[in-house]
Amino acid sequence: MIDSITLAMNEVAKYIIPLLLIGIPMYALTVKKVKVYETFVVGAKDGFTIAVRIIPYLVAILVAVGMFRASGALDLLLQALAPMLTFFGFPPENLPLALMRPLSGSGSLGLLTDLVNEHGAESLYAKIGATMYGSSETTFYVIAVYFGSVGVMRSRHAIPAGLFADFVGAISAVFFCKLLLG
Amino acid sequence: MMNYIWFGMMVIGVVVGVFTGRIEEVTQAAIDMARVSVEIAIGLIGIMALWLGVMKIAEESGLISLIARAVKPVMIRLFPDVPADHPAMGSIVLNMSANMLGLGNAATPLGLKAMEELQELNPEKGTATNAMVMFLAINTSSVQFILPATVVALMGGVSSQIFIPTILATTCSTVAAIVAVKFLEKRKRFAVEGAAVDSADAEGEGEGKE
Repeated sequence: MIDSITLAMNEVAKYIIPLLLIGIPMYALTVKKVKVYETFVVGAKDGFTIAVRIIPYLVAILVAVGMFRASGALDLLLQALAPMLTFFGFPPENLPLALMRPLSGSGSLGLLTDLVNEHGAESLYAKIGATMYGSSETTFYVIAVYFGSVGVMRSRHAIPAGLFADFVGAISAVFFCKLLLG
Repeated sequence: MMNYIWFGMMVIGVVVGVFTGRIEEVTQAAIDMARVSVEIAIGLIGIMALWLGVMKIAEESGLISLIARAVKPVMIRLFPDVPADHPAMGSIVLNMSANMLGLGNAATPLGLKAMEELQELNPEKGTATNAMVMFLAINTSSVQFILPATVVALMGGVSSQIFIPTILATTCSTVAAIVAVKFLEKRKRFAVEGAAVDSADAEGEGEGKE
């Protein structure tokens, strides 16, 4: 039952973008008589400026995250946290991914791949990992890009709130996977 | 906040790198990531142009305000500082919908458009508004109803099993995000004025950006 719903939803997802690409201009052109081509070009112009504007913010955040990752600091943090987490029923195998998720999208996808290769897609570790990966975003990247695009440098409570949500998300992923699939 | 986190990650990287003998990797990572950042940004240009163009058509035809009006009751509670009929509301809804449908490529341009519109309402240009932080928190906790294609590719037939846990987990994290933002935005530490005084030296550059 769920099998077919998931499959159907991912099947439908294929058609969403093409439908939007023709549906929006179609409504504009036929119902509102908007000059769709001219309007498109005017809007598209901003693409370049915004992409270039985020470069300094991206360099800043990705370099810092890259240095942190390359040093192996994550492994140290892992060793320190592992005993406590096991006590609370949080599998240490899933900790690297939980810590990596807010920092790096490609890094966390790599860790998820490792989990699948090492334990198999059928394992609870892989399922928890995939749930964590799918239920969260790369918080630091999003904050850098979104604030960077408008030149906001003082992010106030954005990072604490984002990290708290990631923390709750990781714990919920473990909880619901153990409850429903364990 | 950002100052400490940014500097902290680099200091930890260097110090730990020295102790673990991976200082060369740390250096290499810094250089590589600087290049990768530009590649990411340049790679965004085309996709940004495409969606911003389509968005402009949606805006001109009144589709955006139509959508904004439809979800008004929820939006005015989440974003009390944004006028209910402001175009930012429409862009925020579109970004959330794109995220829910797993359209990562479309979500970013729509989200940046929303940020631009929220920035118009911002009296303190270099500092985030409550609405911006709420928007980002909901965005990063990503309510998603379609599993990412990468996950489906990796997990194969098992992916359908994680569908319900994923939705439950993402709902929990989104609720946590909203509660955290509403709680933290009233704290003195995160007040707009405090943030401005905190790094007054960066003020000039912030204004220049706009």
